[in-house]
Amino acid sequence: MREVKAITTNKLTKQFGDFTAVDAISFEVNKGEIFGFLGANGAGKTTAMRMLCGLSLPTSGEATVAGLDVYKENEKIKRSIGYMSQKFSLYDDLTVKENMQFYGGIYGKSNAFIKEKTAFILDHLHLQKEANALVKSLPLGWKQKLAFSVAVFHEPEIVFLDEPTGGVDPVTRREFWNMIYTAAANGTTVFVTTHYMDEAEYCDRVSIMVDGRIDALDTPKGLKEKYNASSMDEVFLQLARKATRAAD
Amino acid sequence: MRTLRFLLQKEFRQIFRDPSIIRLIFIMPIIQLMILPWAADYEIKNIKLSVVDKDHSDYSRQLISKITSTGYFQLAVYTNSYPEALQQVEKGNADLVMEIPASFEKELVKEDQATLFLAMNAIDGVKANLGSAYLRSIIQDFNREVRLEWIQFPRFSPETQIEITSSNWFNPLMNYKYFMVPGILVILLTMIGVNLTAINIVREKEIGTIEQINVTPVKKFHFILGKLIPFWLIGLLVLTIGLTIAWLAYGIIPVGSFVTIYIFAAIFLLAVLGLGLLVSTYAENQQQAMLVSFFIMMIFILLGGLYTSIDGMPEWAKWITRFNPVAYFIEVMRMVVLKGSGLADIKKHLLIMFGFAVVLNSWAILNYRKRS
Repeated sequence: MREVKAITTNKLTKQFGDFTAVDAISFEVNKGEIFGFLGANGAGKTTAMRMLCGLSLPTSGEATVAGLDVYKENEKIKRSIGYMSQKFSLYDDLTVKENMQFYGGIYGKSNAFIKEKTAFILDHLHLQKEANALVKSLPLGWKQKLAFSVAVFHEPEIVFLDEPTGGVDPVTRREFWNMIYTAAANGTTVFVTTHYMDEAEYCDRVSIMVDGRIDALDTPKGLKEKYNASSMDEVFLQLARKATRAAD
Repeated sequence: MRTLRFLLQKEFRQIFRDPSIIRLIFIMPIIQLMILPWAADYEIKNIKLSVVDKDHSDYSRQLISKITSTGYFQLAVYTNSYPEALQQVEKGNADLVMEIPASFEKELVKEDQATLFLAMNAIDGVKANLGSAYLRSIIQDFNREVRLEWIQFPRFSPETQIEITSSNWFNPLMNYKYFMVPGILVILLTMIGVNLTAINIVREKEIGTIEQINVTPVKKFHFILGKLIPFWLIGLLVLTIGLTIAWLAYGIIPVGSFVTIYIFAAIFLLAVLGLGLLVSTYAENQQQAMLVSFFIMMIFILLGGLYTSIDGMPEWAKWITRFNPVAYFIEVMRMVVLKGSGLADIKKHLLIMFGFAVVLNSWAILNYRKRS
C-alpha cells in the first residue's frame, strides 16, 4: 500500500486582489518528518501555512493535509493538526492548567486523558509549581514551550509551527528543539518556519520560499552542496537576495 | 455538548477574573439608577425670573410673592428698568422677564383690566415653553383671586364655563420617576449586552486567541453560544439588581408580573447580544467595536422613547423606531411596570423581539468565518 504523505500541495496559490502572496507552490511532506519552511519576511510562508491549517481559503491549486482535502475537509483536518501561531495565543488570563484543560476539552479528549497529559507536561516542563499561575505571569521562553505543548496536547498527526522561537534566548531555543525532536520521534510530522539558519540545519528537509515561490527544496546537506555553500546561512542569502518583493 | 461546557467554563473563568466586568455589573446599575432619574427630570424648577416692577403697588408685590412661593421660580433680579432686566438675561442671570406696568393696580381696580408683559430666553426651548406656561397659569390664578375680591359673583354664572378636572391613570401623582426608571433600566441592559459581547470577541481577535480557536474543530455555533450564554446570564443578573434598586430607592414595584418582565427581557437580551456579536464579527479592533456600538446606542436611546415620546416624532422617525429593539422594551417595561400588562398584551412585542433575536444571531453566525 502506498504510504499517504502528511502534506501534499500542487500549484497551491493565494491571491489578495492583484497581489499573489503564494504563487503555485508544489511540495510533499513525509510522515514523521521535520520540514523546515524558510523564507524572508513577506515571502508568503505564513499565508501558505494558514491555507494548510484551514484558516485561509486557497485561490487555486490543490492540497491535502493528513490525506484530507483542504477545500472540502478543512474541518476534519483540524482534528489531525496542531498549530502554534507567530502571535502567542494561549489565554493569558487563564492558568497553565486551565489552558491545557480547555484545549484538551475542545478537541474532545476525555477527562482522564486531560488529567494524565497535563501532569506529564507539567512534569516535563518543570512547571508543577506554576500549574496554577496565570499564563501572563510566565517569562516568554516558558510561554513558548507551553504553547508548543498545548499545540500537541491532543496528539495531532501534524503540527504547524510559525516562527516558534522568535525572541527566545539560545538556551530555551535548544530546549524547544529538543521538544520538537521528541514529538517527531513519536511520529508527529513537524512543519516549522524559522529565521534562524542554525535551526534549519536541524530539519530533515528544508524548502526556501522567495517571492511566493519555492525556489529550493532538499535536505540541508543537499542544499549546501548544490549552492556550494558552507552553511545554510549562505544558501539562504544566495536565494533571498534574488527577491524583488519588499519585506513587510 | 461537552465542547460547549469547556467553552462556558473558560468564559466564566475569564469573566470572574476580570475586575472591570465585575465593577460594570454591580456599579453601573447602581450609579445609573441612583443618579439619572433625579437629573433626567421633565419638570422645570428654579427658573430665574427677572421682574421689572414699575408699579410698586400692593398687587404687584402680591403677584410676585405668589409666583416665587410656587417653588418653580426664583426672583433673580428686581428692578424698574426693562433694559437692565434684559441685560441680566443676556448675562445669563435670568431666564424670564416679567414687566409690570406703572398703572397695573389702578387699571386692575378701575378698568377691570390690566396688562403684563412677558419676555423669555428661548435658547433652551423647553425651559422657555414650560416657564411661560407655568407663569401664565399662576397669573390666571392670581387674576381669579383678584376678581373674587372685587366682584360679587351672582349665584349662577351668566357665562357658561367649562372647568376641566383630570385624573392621571396608571401614574396618579405623575411621578416622572415611575416613568424614567423602567426606561433607564432598559438602556442599562442594552449597553451591557451590546458592549460586553462586542468587546469580548474583538479582544480575542486582537490577542490572536480566536485564530487558535479557529484551527480547532470547535463548531461556530458552539463558539457563539459559549459567548452568548454567559452574557445572557449577566444581563438577567443586572436586570435583577436594577429591579431591586427601583424598589428600594423609588418604591417602584411592577403592577404586572415579574415573570412577564423576565420573559421579555430574556428574549430582548438575546437580540442585543446578537447585535453585539454582529458588531464584533465586523470590527477589527476594540476601538472600532466601541465606536460602532456607541453610535448604535445613541440612536437606540434617542429614538427609543425614553426622553421624547415616539408618538410625537415625525413619520420617518417613527418608522425607524420600528427597527429599534430598545423602543419595544421601553414600551413593554412601562406597560408592565405601570399598567400591569400581561403576556397576552405584549404578544406582538414578544414576536417582534423574537424576530430581532433570530435575525441578528443568524447574521452574526453567518458572518463569523473560521476561514478567510
